[in-house]
Amino acid sequence: MRFSFVVAVAVGGAAGAVARHLLTIAFPDTGPAFPWTTFAINVAGSFVLALLPAVASIRRHPILPPLLGTGLLGGFTTLSTYSEQTRALLASGHATTAGLYVVGTLAACLVAVAAADRLSTATQRREFDAEEGDL
Amino acid sequence: MTVLLVALGAAVGAPARYVAGHLLDERWPWGTVLVNWAGSFLLGLLVARGVSGDPLALLGTGFCGGLTTYSALAVHVHDRGPRLGSAVALVTLVPAIALCALGFRLGTG
Repeated sequence: MRFSFVVAVAVGGAAGAVARHLLTIAFPDTGPAFPWTTFAINVAGSFVLALLPAVASIRRHPILPPLLGTGLLGGFTTLSTYSEQTRALLASGHATTAGLYVVGTLAACLVAVAAADRLSTATQRREFDAEEGDL
Repeated sequence: MTVLLVALGAAVGAPARYVAGHLLDERWPWGTVLVNWAGSFLLGLLVARGVSGDPLALLGTGFCGGLTTYSALAVHVHDRGPRLGSAVALVTLVPAIALCALGFRLGTG
């Protein structure tokens, strides 16, 4: 692991988190409603992360998988907010919404990854994984 | 200003996740699992402490959001197939939500 890659992850992560922050300001997840904004962020981020191995120029430049995958998309998506939203829904007695949110996010993200994977080969995905684009 | 705090927090959280994954992720992605647990616990604690505004932007939206990831989880679960993938999903998500609740409880106590 090179120091420049750590810096790249920091830069990408900062950009992804700011994008998430701006989206949640524009479309706030509030109260006991299904948290659609965070749901959409996590599904979109998972889809794009799974698309990256298909792009040859990203695989050819070893700094790009950490910058774009681990950094940008890792910073864009969030599991801490998902946990906190679920906790809050459960604590306020909205167990059905919480359950739908927990399972629905996971299912939608897996469908998104499966769809994006159709554009890349297993070898390309292994190469991207070895370049630490999906940490 | 708030946007800069989000960026700063994530500029620490995301590399911490990268280092944890680099050191600990194998067939079983312990590094990613651990940072997702830690970020969920910390965010529950922060919310319970009533942290809001700029401090929450830095530590919650920025650091915890940058430290945790859903995209890598989704790819790990999918890549590992139905059996191991389901185990990774369960062992990530159930404790993450429980730890978030524990953090919240400790924060209010």
